[in-house]
Amino acid sequence: MMDAFLHQFLSGLANGSIYASIGLALVMIFQSTHHINFAQGEQAMFSAYVALTLIKAGFPYWAAFVLALGFAFVSGMAIERLIIRRFNRAPVLTVVIVFLGLLFIINSLAGWLFTYNVQTFPSPFPPGLGNRFLAAHEIGMIAVTLVMLLLIFLFFRYTSLGLMMRAAAYNPDASRLVGIRVSHMLALGWGVAGAIGAVAAIMAAPIVYMEPNMMGGVLLYGFAAALLGGINNPWGAAVGGFLVGVIENLAGAYVVGTELKLSVALIIIVVVLVTSPAGLFGRPIVTRV
Amino acid sequence: MEGTVQHAVESESARLAHAAGRAARQPLSTVGVVLLLTAAALIPFVVSSFYLLQFTMVVITSIALLGLNLLTGYNGQISLGHGAFYAIGAYTTAILLEQTAVPYWATIPIAGGICLVVGFLFGLPALRLEGHYLALSTFTLAVATPQLLKFHALEPWTGGVQGIYVSTFAAPPGVPLAWDQWLYLLSLSAAAVMFLLACNLLRGSTGLAITAIRDNPIAAVSMGINLPLYKSATFGISAMYTGVAGALAALVTQFVAPDSYSIFLSLGFLVGSVIGGVTSISGAIFGALFIQFVPNFADQISKAVTWAVYGSFIIGFAALAPTGIAGFLTTIVRRLGLYSKAHQGPVPPLPRLGSGFELRKRSK
Repeated sequence: MMDAFLHQFLSGLANGSIYASIGLALVMIFQSTHHINFAQGEQAMFSAYVALTLIKAGFPYWAAFVLALGFAFVSGMAIERLIIRRFNRAPVLTVVIVFLGLLFIINSLAGWLFTYNVQTFPSPFPPGLGNRFLAAHEIGMIAVTLVMLLLIFLFFRYTSLGLMMRAAAYNPDASRLVGIRVSHMLALGWGVAGAIGAVAAIMAAPIVYMEPNMMGGVLLYGFAAALLGGINNPWGAAVGGFLVGVIENLAGAYVVGTELKLSVALIIIVVVLVTSPAGLFGRPIVTRV
Repeated sequence: MEGTVQHAVESESARLAHAAGRAARQPLSTVGVVLLLTAAALIPFVVSSFYLLQFTMVVITSIALLGLNLLTGYNGQISLGHGAFYAIGAYTTAILLEQTAVPYWATIPIAGGICLVVGFLFGLPALRLEGHYLALSTFTLAVATPQLLKFHALEPWTGGVQGIYVSTFAAPPGVPLAWDQWLYLLSLSAAAVMFLLACNLLRGSTGLAITAIRDNPIAAVSMGINLPLYKSATFGISAMYTGVAGALAALVTQFVAPDSYSIFLSLGFLVGSVIGGVTSISGAIFGALFIQFVPNFADQISKAVTWAVYGSFIIGFAALAPTGIAGFLTTIVRRLGLYSKAHQGPVPPLPRLGSGFELRKRSK
């Protein structure tokens, strides 16, 4: 009984690590631009396909992993510089549909380049790593996510580039006055967000399998994670991701059955939003009248 | 200080009155409307039945988009979940036709009524959410819809994954029309009624209140507008429009199944709404034409990457006509000086949708 519970709890954490990464990527872009990137999941999916193609071409797993991250970084920056930048001053709604347009484009290109067939994706973690609670890949997934979170924390906390990026997101005007190239920081933020998303997709791929629509559900949980944790708090989004994963799994196992897992997780999120609209760790922003 | 505030409120209200008056005098004048309706009513007698079906869907989609325009364009609440109300409308019709003796035409207002209530109830908690938060909670509604329709406890009504076949019907006796011609004219009449309703709603003091809430909720409240009531009611009315469209669509497709109401339906509605022109009534028609015909056009350009072409069209339209096709046409007409003096005034801007990060503590 206890074992079954622990199993559900821990595998919820494993799924949660994916949601946490996507949530973090969304929050990074939201913080600097106040836009929600609906194409984040598709960008991540495309990078995972790049990794898969490299692995099939004979590259070692971790080399392909790093190269795919590089691709995600560069393509994220390119999307910001070439497309999103033009809509800087556009109303929220216009930006939303531009992101939807991007979603269609990337999804369709992936289907065309890599086919719509469902493909398997290798896991780099030796099966011996698993125990009676968690499979090897689930343990590896949690570990990779935690390492990534730590690296990102160190980057933003202790490097001057990280400080500049935070400053540019926090107060663009003041940052310009002290000589920070805010627009470069924005592009860089998109790149980092793209790379974080790519890690999530590559880690999720062995579980959800590769196909162009693989990230649809995951992106939704990423939104949920970001909202639950507070969309203006990156660490809140990460914690929110783990929470969503655990709630989803436990509700699926004990309350409603797997059929309505998604709906229940979403209802919980709506309830949280309605009772505390800033999320669990976000700060409510009060505007002056 | 007080004087400044009062002045601000006064000029705000003057601006709003002006804006609402403008909304009521949309580019389409009465003559234009009559011509358009006549032309639309002639369509079933001149085009093939393949195209007639597509035009029927355009008419139906325009009703759904009009509902979304009322909510998003005029009231400033983003919804990414209107596909859910479309589904509720469609399933209401399908279930009523299968399990009761209600005549098919009567299912349409019933579907609208149910959506009105559901939308109103959904609007109540959604009141506390603004901008992106509202967008995402409606997004979850859209994602959950197919799952709920497949839920086994509801299967006796919804038919689960299999869906429900909607029995077909003929034109009433004595009317010399084929089934599809009759259905088109039925949809067109429904659309005419719904568009007229929307114009009247926006023209009166209700419309003024609805747009005032979008432009400045705090000023609106201070002028005595009951914000929770108006916001929920707008949500309900908007859902009713989409529900009526869903019910008609169920009659056209003669089949409802959970997977036809995926998140992409809702996203498509928003795209159509924005590209058509979200702060206009005529925009709903342009948006419906876009949704119906541009994917086909994209498919002709490239079979391999149809949706990439479609996505590029979306981005292109967003870049070239940020106020939608309706706003774009209004600008052109005005540049050419074809407008009478009464229509002078700036192009209606896209609504400022409480940009999400401003969670106003006292927005109730």
